[in-house]
Amino acid sequence: MTRDRRPAPARLSPSDVLRVGAAGLRSRPARVVLSALGIAIGIATMIAVIGISSSSREELLRQLDRLGTNLLTVSPGQTVFGQDAELPTGALAMVERIGPVYTAAATGSVEKATVRRTDRIPEAVTGGIAVQAATTELLTTLEGAVVRGTWLNAATERQPAVVLGAKAAERLGITRAGLQVWMGGRWFTVIGILGPMPLAPEIERSALVGFPAAEEHLGFDGHPTTIYERSSEEAVEAVRAVLPRTVSPENPEEVEVSRPSDALAARAAAAGAFTNLLLGLGAVALLVGGVGVANTMVISVLERRREIGLRRSLGATRGQVRVQFLAESLLLSALGGVTGAVLGALATVGYALSRDWPPVVPPWAIGGAVGATLVIGTLAGIYPAMRAARLSPTVALATA
Amino acid sequence: MSEPYSRPHVVELRGVSKSYGGVRALRGVDLTVADGELLAIVGPSGSGKSTMLHLIGTLDLPTSGDVHIAGHDVATLSDRELSALRARYLGFVFQQFHLAAGVSALDNVADGLLYTGTPLRVRRERAAAALERVGLGHRLGHRPHQLSGGEQQRVAVARAVAGGPSLLLADEPTGNLDSAAGAEVLRVLGDLHAAGTTIAVITHDMEIAEWCPRRVRVRDGLIVEDSGSGRAAPGGTGNGGPGRTAPAGRGGAVAAELAKGAGE
Ligand SMILES: Nc1ncnc2c1ncn2[C@@H]1O[C@H](COP(=O)(O)OP(=O)(O)O)[C@@H](O)[C@H]1O
Ligand SMILES: [Mg+2]
Repeated sequence: MTRDRRPAPARLSPSDVLRVGAAGLRSRPARVVLSALGIAIGIATMIAVIGISSSSREELLRQLDRLGTNLLTVSPGQTVFGQDAELPTGALAMVERIGPVYTAAATGSVEKATVRRTDRIPEAVTGGIAVQAATTELLTTLEGAVVRGTWLNAATERQPAVVLGAKAAERLGITRAGLQVWMGGRWFTVIGILGPMPLAPEIERSALVGFPAAEEHLGFDGHPTTIYERSSEEAVEAVRAVLPRTVSPENPEEVEVSRPSDALAARAAAAGAFTNLLLGLGAVALLVGGVGVANTMVISVLERRREIGLRRSLGATRGQVRVQFLAESLLLSALGGVTGAVLGALATVGYALSRDWPPVVPPWAIGGAVGATLVIGTLAGIYPAMRAARLSPTVALATA
Repeated sequence: MSEPYSRPHVVELRGVSKSYGGVRALRGVDLTVADGELLAIVGPSGSGKSTMLHLIGTLDLPTSGDVHIAGHDVATLSDRELSALRARYLGFVFQQFHLAAGVSALDNVADGLLYTGTPLRVRRERAAAALERVGLGHRLGHRPHQLSGGEQQRVAVARAVAGGPSLLLADEPTGNLDSAAGAEVLRVLGDLHAAGTTIAVITHDMEIAEWCPRRVRVRDGLIVEDSGSGRAAPGGTGNGGPGRTAPAGRGGAVAAELAKGAGE
């Protein structure tokens, strides 16, 4: 009587697998929301941490792009005897003669002078503001901007006129040009206030006067302490190599050359690394969320033994029961994952916009979140699904 | 379901025993059920009726003996193949209705065809037709909690027969119902039988047993009486006399029950 043809189970279509998995979730909405929440919090934290640090990095990189990486500074190092070296007075002219250099400027520290709002303020209270002589090219070389008044010119660089860096003006409480400040025992007129100088923060904290004025009124010795120069981007390394010998042919080792944009680049590189702790917290939340999903699934299998028995009686194979519960677990964690990714992205955009940064949520982070969600859903679902599949149909049906 | 070859017996049990540890639930049972029969498996609680249904339904395997269902030797089939056999040839109705809460009658029935490889649209069509057959054509969108007990069990019957099974197995289908609702369900089973469905009803209720053309009495894991197949089947192992020839022949008590149900 036995047939040649053995009964073969029909395959569940992917859409049926989804339907069956979703059906189990629809019947318990509150539990679904609560157990997906753990995953959502974990994913949201990780996406937000990655997104915010990527946005901050992007902001630094854009700033770098805007400011350029072709600015080099030259400053005196130490002599072989450990004393502070000096740059020769002709150093700036030498630098200007290097082929690829298209702009160069110098500042010189006026050690003896301080700047104060009035002569009644004690000399020791400098507010951290340095008095410096500056050549008129400085503003061009640093690509800086004057926010109030004017910059030094061929006339004003010989007069008791001063241009204040942004921080210096703030500390002195000066908000407009035309006011007087007390410098080196006489009044100087503030003719301008500079904007921010991300590549030269020392200029932001300076009160700048012309070289001739500094020599005449403030006892400045005429030695530059910093030379700023810009060359074409491709020539930066070559210029950097020849700068020490050009500035000080006798003692090139006493000359220090640096690239201010390197600090910004280093900050951009560090912007990713310093968030590891928060990322770890996100991972812990994700793990707890995964345990929550596994727990929900184990309970679900226990509660639904009769449904499992019924499905077996309707012809479900063990594999199909296993697939059903795996699909349910995957959907549950995917629900958390998608919610978390959306929340994390929203948090990133909100925070970035509030800081005036370009919002960046890296696609790899979203991909990683999806991957993590699938892995968690599978891991959390495997054990309950195996239990459900192993259940004997008669025992399952006999469950009270 | 058209088969190219003859199928004299839907069910064939030969010397079937089933033990659970020390408990011998069945002790050598022979039973054949021919296509189109309506039989009652009757006996007191604990006599082995459900065990027999589980073996016939391939939900469990015998400790010894042969079980042939729809021509397949159950012992030669893998668990996967047994599942396919159930999906194709068998329909189950249980004492508890096992309906999914919050799911419409239509989808409860349609999901019964999930494992037959039928596309969703066709599943819904067949489900609607099956609900029509059990008299619930006007209740397709109702959820279980919006249906009476009798209606819920009829939904379960529709789910069991939607795929056109060779055999419908009902384990105490009226056990959770009052007599009026029970009569409703029995009437549906009677109609299905009249239309050609082979049905085995398990019951400990003598009135329901009387209502069936063929009665198989079970006691302590043995068949103690078989009123015999109404349709003479070759090799029938029934040890009782010939049964009624027409499914319409019904016991008086059930007739009264049916009358009560009709007056509802
Ligand atoms: N899974 C099982 N494990 C142990 N004993 C069982 C199991 N199923 C049934 N039995 C025993 O087998 C006997 C027959 O049970 P059953 O077939 O359920 O009887 P009925 O359906 O006629 O009431 C009973 O003594 C019962 O206790
Ligand atoms: Mg029973």
